[in-house]
Amino acid sequence: MAEPVSSATIGVDVNGDRYEREVAARKLLVHFLRDDLDLTGTHVGCDTGNCGACTVIVDGVAVKSCMILAIQADGASIETVEGLASDGELHPLQQAFSSRHALQCGYCTPGMLMSAKNLLDHNPEPTETEIRRAIQGNICRCTGYVNIVEAIDAAAKGEVSG
Amino acid sequence: MSETTTAPERPVTVEADETKPGFIGVSVPRKEDKRLVQGEGVFVDDVKRHAMAYVHFARSPYAHAAITSIDVSKAMELEGVYGTLIGEEVAAQTDAFFQIAPPPGGHVRDYALAVGRVRHVGEPVVAVAAATRELARDAADLVEVEYEPLTPVVDMERAADPGMPVLHDEVGSNVIWNGQFDYGDFDAALAEADKVVKIDRLHFHRFSSTPLETSGALVEYNRGTGQWTIQSNNQFPGFAVIMMAPALRVGIDKLRFVSQDIGGGFGNKICTHVQLVALCLLARKLRRPVNWTEWRTDQHTANSHGNERVFLDVEVPVKADGTMLGFRARMIDDCGAYTRYEPLGCIIWAQVTPGAYRWRNVRVDFTQVCTNKSPCGPNRGYSRMQHLWFTERVIDIVAHELDLDPVEIRKRNYIRADEMPYETPNGCIYDSGDYARCLDEALKLVDYANIEERRRDAEARGKLFGVGIGSTLDSGTNNFGQSTLVNPELQFSGNNEVATVKLDIFGEIVVTIGTTPQGQGHETTAAQVVADMLGVTPDDVNVRAGHDSYWNSHAGFSGTYASQFAVTGLGAVKGATEMLVDQIKRIGAAVLGADSTDDVFLEGGFVKRKDNPEAALPFMACGAIVNANNAVLPMEARDITLNCRYVYVPPHQLPDKERKYGNLTLTYATQIHACVVEVDPETGEYEIIDYGAVDDCGVRINPQIVEGQVHGATAQALGAATHEVFTYDEEGNLLTPNFYDYHVPHALDMPPLKTGYIESPSPFTPLGAKGMGEGGGAGLSAVCSALQDALKARGGAIVWDSCNPPHRVWEMLQNPEQSRANVRVENM
Repeated sequence: MAEPVSSATIGVDVNGDRYEREVAARKLLVHFLRDDLDLTGTHVGCDTGNCGACTVIVDGVAVKSCMILAIQADGASIETVEGLASDGELHPLQQAFSSRHALQCGYCTPGMLMSAKNLLDHNPEPTETEIRRAIQGNICRCTGYVNIVEAIDAAAKGEVSG
Repeated sequence: MSETTTAPERPVTVEADETKPGFIGVSVPRKEDKRLVQGEGVFVDDVKRHAMAYVHFARSPYAHAAITSIDVSKAMELEGVYGTLIGEEVAAQTDAFFQIAPPPGGHVRDYALAVGRVRHVGEPVVAVAAATRELARDAADLVEVEYEPLTPVVDMERAADPGMPVLHDEVGSNVIWNGQFDYGDFDAALAEADKVVKIDRLHFHRFSSTPLETSGALVEYNRGTGQWTIQSNNQFPGFAVIMMAPALRVGIDKLRFVSQDIGGGFGNKICTHVQLVALCLLARKLRRPVNWTEWRTDQHTANSHGNERVFLDVEVPVKADGTMLGFRARMIDDCGAYTRYEPLGCIIWAQVTPGAYRWRNVRVDFTQVCTNKSPCGPNRGYSRMQHLWFTERVIDIVAHELDLDPVEIRKRNYIRADEMPYETPNGCIYDSGDYARCLDEALKLVDYANIEERRRDAEARGKLFGVGIGSTLDSGTNNFGQSTLVNPELQFSGNNEVATVKLDIFGEIVVTIGTTPQGQGHETTAAQVVADMLGVTPDDVNVRAGHDSYWNSHAGFSGTYASQFAVTGLGAVKGATEMLVDQIKRIGAAVLGADSTDDVFLEGGFVKRKDNPEAALPFMACGAIVNANNAVLPMEARDITLNCRYVYVPPHQLPDKERKYGNLTLTYATQIHACVVEVDPETGEYEIIDYGAVDDCGVRINPQIVEGQVHGATAQALGAATHEVFTYDEEGNLLTPNFYDYHVPHALDMPPLKTGYIESPSPFTPLGAKGMGEGGGAGLSAVCSALQDALKARGGAIVWDSCNPPHRVWEMLQNPEQSRANVRVENM
């Protein structure tokens, strides 16, 4: 029987940039993003898939990047928080998070933003309950979610400046 | 918005010796946000170094055991493993950490790794360093440790019993500290009372704020200078260096603490000095930088829990009209396996001895014990939260048993606004506040006027309905002299914080602060203060992000903890800016030919002559002259540096050790919360259907930041009140070691929060502001109070525990007599 493969070369598209890397088969996608690609905006807050700080969008679906292996993302198109702003202009969600004071320590913020973006990508006019459901997998320990929900609602309505 | 762009509401003009409000009190968007919303913050695990090693700790699977052997050879055989560190090396190369407690509690010997014995599950035993995170973990699994299990102590109420196993042989028992607190005349209060309410036992549970970013560090050792650089998320470097430098046998300047962004702290990141010492030894031993990022399960299992406490044999003398005369109680506090910030919790509750009330006769027997559980440390609301929960429970139980209205009994017994500043029975000076007015505001938020109508409506739907109140104080700006009340030999007192403000060569205004913010927005609020004083906008003020103990803005108590930035941090910023203002005016007066600094003012980045504002010198010119063209200055102006350092020192006095008497903190912010619940009587499930939180922290520098802290503190309290608990089994295993088992509030769990505020400026602080942010304890009390009210209709159970998940509510509904047996009323 052949030896199990312990590493593989993968190709991913992250925020429009193409990367090819050899990665250990056991490496989590989040560690690939953070340690191999130095995209440290995506954070790790737990070891059980509960906190959502590592949320990214993989082929149009919000994914907790600590819950899949890097090699499972081979061929995928990935969006991370670093790709939200374009040409120096903050994404409406980013603007609304700041104007509504939806972040304090900022550690959950990248994952929260990606879950929110995923929501608005699929449902541009969410109700408050739909917003809360969309970020149900993202833990914030600073804000009580009050201003986060308000910011996502504001971004959906185009009222980002406060 | 991309930068701080709030337009001033008033002209940014600064007259001589006068601060005109322009940005103070305005919700300026945060300077920190731009980087944080783009994932461009720098948190500790984001920092990398060439050839750095990743560290993983092999930890104890036992709550209490002797270590009989350690074998790291199999781990070392793994390719890519750089080395290990074991307890024997630690004991040889370091001294045990300094202990705050007096003997015998102070005989605890605490090292960076277990030496000879483990005392809680998850205690670090061996540190392993390897080329990757995964490899370090694999190698730690290959470490072979032989243990001889010992009987664990898990019941704090039995820990001091004769015959119980002793955790620390040198201490001789499991009692870390015991003290008597006796204020007023409790016996006379009993004699004066018409009734005495007796409560056998109340229990405050073990939980913690669990910041989303776990602890971590990147430690480098400079062999040439013998100096360590510790890039970490420790939130109180002042304390960490005091602990670490003697342990490592070096001067404190050999320990450089650096942090930029910290992913929440809540006190839980104060006591990381233990792990940091292990990392320092490894970095020196392996001659390479070492990175340690704590796993979530390790954070829950072995980092820093909030103290568990019981209140026993409580007696409350009450007059017939509901006037409460005092309380007596025996309190036992569990600090877990090691004393790292403890036993300071044995005195910190006394900052708020009477809570919000006028009772004057207090007698407390306070004991702290150790158990085979995770060590405790500061946790948002540290030690005061437990005590304030106790006082609120007492108020509600007395009201319940004597059939008094919970609002009326509070208003009758609250300290009144016209009594401020108010000296408490133990000598603390409550600086300002209006508790009754805050209560009225909170009740308005939950539509209390129509509460009985809503109760009837809920009852018609088969629900039990309850409304409750929580009244707490957030005491801030510690007088570290209180440490001498637990150990008279200690030489700590007062407090301090440092800021530097300078005008640089091209006119840049640069601010450094000794604090270590974890989301509190210090860059923003500091810029607001500086902008107002210099007559510029916050955009013009560059506040360096984070903390570096080599910036010369570091003092003995530097850090971010214990609700004090608005006083100590901004006090330092204000002091340094005042110095800079004076120097800029001197330069301006000299260059513009004015007679004195009284003849010029600052506006829009210029010094201007009052009698001719057209005659103006830009700040840039001031910076250039002093920094790069100073031969043009007359000799008498050569002392001007435009680089001003100010240490804010609050006006604390030494407390009286004999009487345990004195002012223990400078400010006392108020939180009054009101909570409305509906309970399903069949299942005990309940929902918070309405919630109002009113806060009074004096002058609010940035109202939006204050409100955000109120939201967050309340959310943590609601999580703790309803779900969050560190539960141990009888073997000392933690049953809730991660977010899978330890349920913190998610977005769908949070009730609608309504907030309100009043401002009672502090007469004692530089800006009239008070420290705030730890005031969530009111939520714990409000939920318990509301449940108590709801259960009244079904047997009148007494809410005796601070954590009430639905199963406990169900138990109280099923068997109300069990909790009722806890409480008696005696006529005197």
